[in-house]
Amino acid sequence: MSSYYESEDLKKFGGIGQHAKALADEFFKYYGNVTGTDGALTKREKALIALAVSHAQKCPYCIDAYTTQCLETGANPEQMMEAVHVAAVMQAGITLVHSVQMQNHLKKLVL
Amino acid sequence: MSAVIRLKAAPRPSQVDFEEQLRRRGMDLPPLAVDTLQVNITRLCNQVCRHCHVDASPTRTEMLSPEGVAKCLEILERHARIRTLDITGGAPELHPQFEAFVERAVALGKHVMVRHNLTVQLDGHPVTKASKEHLPQFFARHRVEVVSSLPYYQAYFTDAQRGSGVFAKSMQALKRLNAEGYGIEGSGLVLNLVYNPVGPYLPAAQAELEAAYKRELKNKFGLVFNSLYTITNMPINRFKLHLEKSGQHEAYMDKLLAAFNPAAAEGVMCRSLVSVGHDGRLYDCDFNQMLAMDAVDARGKALSIFDFDIDKVLGRPIRFGEHCLGCTAGAGSSCRGATA
Repeated sequence: MSSYYESEDLKKFGGIGQHAKALADEFFKYYGNVTGTDGALTKREKALIALAVSHAQKCPYCIDAYTTQCLETGANPEQMMEAVHVAAVMQAGITLVHSVQMQNHLKKLVL
Repeated sequence: MSAVIRLKAAPRPSQVDFEEQLRRRGMDLPPLAVDTLQVNITRLCNQVCRHCHVDASPTRTEMLSPEGVAKCLEILERHARIRTLDITGGAPELHPQFEAFVERAVALGKHVMVRHNLTVQLDGHPVTKASKEHLPQFFARHRVEVVSSLPYYQAYFTDAQRGSGVFAKSMQALKRLNAEGYGIEGSGLVLNLVYNPVGPYLPAAQAELEAAYKRELKNKFGLVFNSLYTITNMPINRFKLHLEKSGQHEAYMDKLLAAFNPAAAEGVMCRSLVSVGHDGRLYDCDFNQMLAMDAVDARGKALSIFDFDIDKVLGRPIRFGEHCLGCTAGAGSSCRGATA
């Protein structure tokens, strides 16, 4: 049985332009500009942010790609794990801050 | 502009033809000089590193003979243009004539570099158990340039690659070198460190990594050094076996091929050095040496220190193989770090 998220499929990412090349070209140009260069943030800092987002979005392709990119930009496992904790705590915080909405509505409902 | 996720896999023939990469770009890479004689005097080592292209270990026995050492010194004396002697191994300090070799080369006015693995200072000779604790003083007395591998400024990567406990011992050995003045500004005693990735990925930018090493080693251990050289892992011998066993060889070769950099190719070290094996044979580099790819003259005859002719060495066609992609990927890689 075939399965989703084959690591070999990452190489096919460039193929998303098959039916909308102009849009894909725009995206990849933007993507290259953001991830492939030092700017106000270094490539290492961008890689750590991307690693955190990869986990928050649960993208196996991105986790593989940005684990490697973190190493190739000089990051270490402690920094990488802390980045994942930032993603985790943001998600927990986002869930918990919604309880304000719950409490607001609770107040409306309760006599 | 490079993106993190490669958009297109490099074309992947079963065997990468490195020279085709050069031809396609109209590049020719003849030797430019012989300013360094790099001598691999022994494959014996106190360590067994997982990435070692020499397959060095405590059980290796290959040694350059006394006649070979004498011949290297004669070559150095005869050729003023060979300014540097770069002694490597294994752990070169385990060769019985290592110290005499250094002393005589220094007396000839040569710049002597030693590829010193740090831990040999504390481990000593793995067979005879002779102490090597005096090495920092010996290096300082002869003003040898020390070049030492340290895959990272933390234990996790260093021990994964070089063996459990190596990082702690390396910190101790660096402290002993600093105590002799190595790496200290104004001392003139040069201590350079070497980073290489702990797996099938490319090194980070050399300058940025050097700054991180300097900050972390100073803050956490009070240690100093001069420069950091980033070196790419070569897909040969022990590291290649690891890649094949873990199913990563093809992906690594794809990565190196996709990152081929013509500017790095222009600066490959085989254009300015010649490598000497323990049997006196000459090679274009230490990697070719480990693959038994002899350096040959224009007629295809293998070159040796025993009939050394510098014109033949300068006129030789450098022999390339797919492993050369390791030296030409990204910012390039050489025994002096990045080349582009």
